[in-house]
Amino acid sequence: MPKASKSAPIRVLIAKPGLDGHDRGAKVVARALRDAGMEVIYAGLRQTPAEIVRAAIEEDVDLVGLSILSGAHMELIPRVLKGLRAEHASRIPVFAGGIIPDEDARRLKRLGVRAVFGPGTSLETIVESVRSIAGRSS
Amino acid sequence: MNGREPRAPLARAVRRGDRRALARLISLVERRDPAADRALRELYSFTGRARVVGLTGPLGVGKSSLVNRLIGHLRSQGRSVAVVAVDPSSPFSGGSVLGDRIRIEREDADTGVFIRSMASRGQSGGLAPTTRDVVRLLDAAGFDVVLVETVGSGQVDVEIREIASTSIVVLIPHLGDEVQTLKAGLFEIADVFCVNKSDLDGAEQARRDLVELVALGAPRHGWRPKVVSASASQPFGIDELWAAVESHEAFLDEGTRRADRDRHRLRAELFELVLDDAARRLRGAVEADRTFAELVEEVRARRLDPRTAAERWRRRSARPRG
Ligand SMILES: Nc1nc2c(ncn2[C@@H]2O[C@H](COP(=O)(O)OP(=O)(O)OP(=O)(O)O)[C@@H](O)[C@H]2O)c(=O)[nH]1
Ligand SMILES: [Mg+2]
Repeated sequence: MPKASKSAPIRVLIAKPGLDGHDRGAKVVARALRDAGMEVIYAGLRQTPAEIVRAAIEEDVDLVGLSILSGAHMELIPRVLKGLRAEHASRIPVFAGGIIPDEDARRLKRLGVRAVFGPGTSLETIVESVRSIAGRSS
Repeated sequence: MNGREPRAPLARAVRRGDRRALARLISLVERRDPAADRALRELYSFTGRARVVGLTGPLGVGKSSLVNRLIGHLRSQGRSVAVVAVDPSSPFSGGSVLGDRIRIEREDADTGVFIRSMASRGQSGGLAPTTRDVVRLLDAAGFDVVLVETVGSGQVDVEIREIASTSIVVLIPHLGDEVQTLKAGLFEIADVFCVNKSDLDGAEQARRDLVELVALGAPRHGWRPKVVSASASQPFGIDELWAAVESHEAFLDEGTRRADRDRHRLRAELFELVLDDAARRLRGAVEADRTFAELVEEVRARRLDPRTAAERWRRRSARPRG
């Protein structure tokens, strides 16, 4: 018989806000998280912050990962954070990846972004951080 | 039975149209949390109103793209739509990448659409029962139409079909191998065939082949599947696709068809539950029973065969104990 389980997989929304059309990196991360046993909802390219907030809520995810290469991170990421707050969903942690200068990364973290992964970050590191942000590190 | 508003907070919130509560409750249903059971019981009386339409078909034929277009079509008629998209899980890690998530050009504030992705594995209790319960939540939440997308894979589709009132099987031109798939089961499922990507070469031929195939088969319960050509990318054929769904729904509404179908399904569900319950109780009784362990030893020593031992246990346990 079915048992209630604490071990429900971690659900992550991976989204690419903004206009750049490169989602290789986001897909690689999505696959790595899947291979680590997570359920990844891949939102696809060119999502608006409002669409991302909506998806995060309807999909009831544990985390949101944003991949941004276009340089518009200081504009787009705060809008996602703000949208989540407006929907009373600020408990959903947000992490970011892409080409984000250190100075911006620091500012984003002050705004509430839980982790920022630069281009060189290993997949193991990302998987481990995602687990620990979700509160399920092994 | 109807009308009594639920007491469980999450169930109440769902009835009030709280989307976060709905999303949360779906997660609880997926992992068979006891809180979900309570909510489902309380919400059951509000179900049975939504049109539940399944879309299935091989990988990449454009199911999600069609769902997208159908959402647009239904919204323009003022109907609210919920979508459950079921994606396969990795057999290796148990994880999954669900998506690309269905994406609609909708107003940001449009509360008439709700989209949820689900992994096919890791559903404690099985995919079909979980999907059925998730569909019930969406139904109780008041959505007029619930669309269920699944990747064609035999058994799963047959089970999902038992949830939908109309099932669309999506195919594309140059069926070739697909025709084999049809014979293997998709044909049994379809109330409507949709030849998507009919903007591509070979669309007319594919449609004719299907019409022929449909004409050869015997109608199932008096219904001969409709064949519709469409293109989700152009788009065209979307109105026709929904019209075909409506005509099947109208067919069900004649006489007692819908009631018969409903009864048949609910009977199977109830039977399943009663069986589960009986099995659970019996298991408890067997595990607690010393004579059962003794019978095992008798069988092991070849003094009794398993069937006779089972019969003995049955007779013994049927007797009232003193
Ligand atoms: N030419 C053409 N391409 C289409 C049409 N509909 C969808 N596609 C393309 O087909 C591909 C798959 O579309 P999806 O809607 O994701 O198909 P799906 O059946 O949901 O895919 P899975 O869920 O992965 O099985 C995409 O690249 C679409 O752009 C169509 O009508 N014509
Ligand atoms: Mg799809």
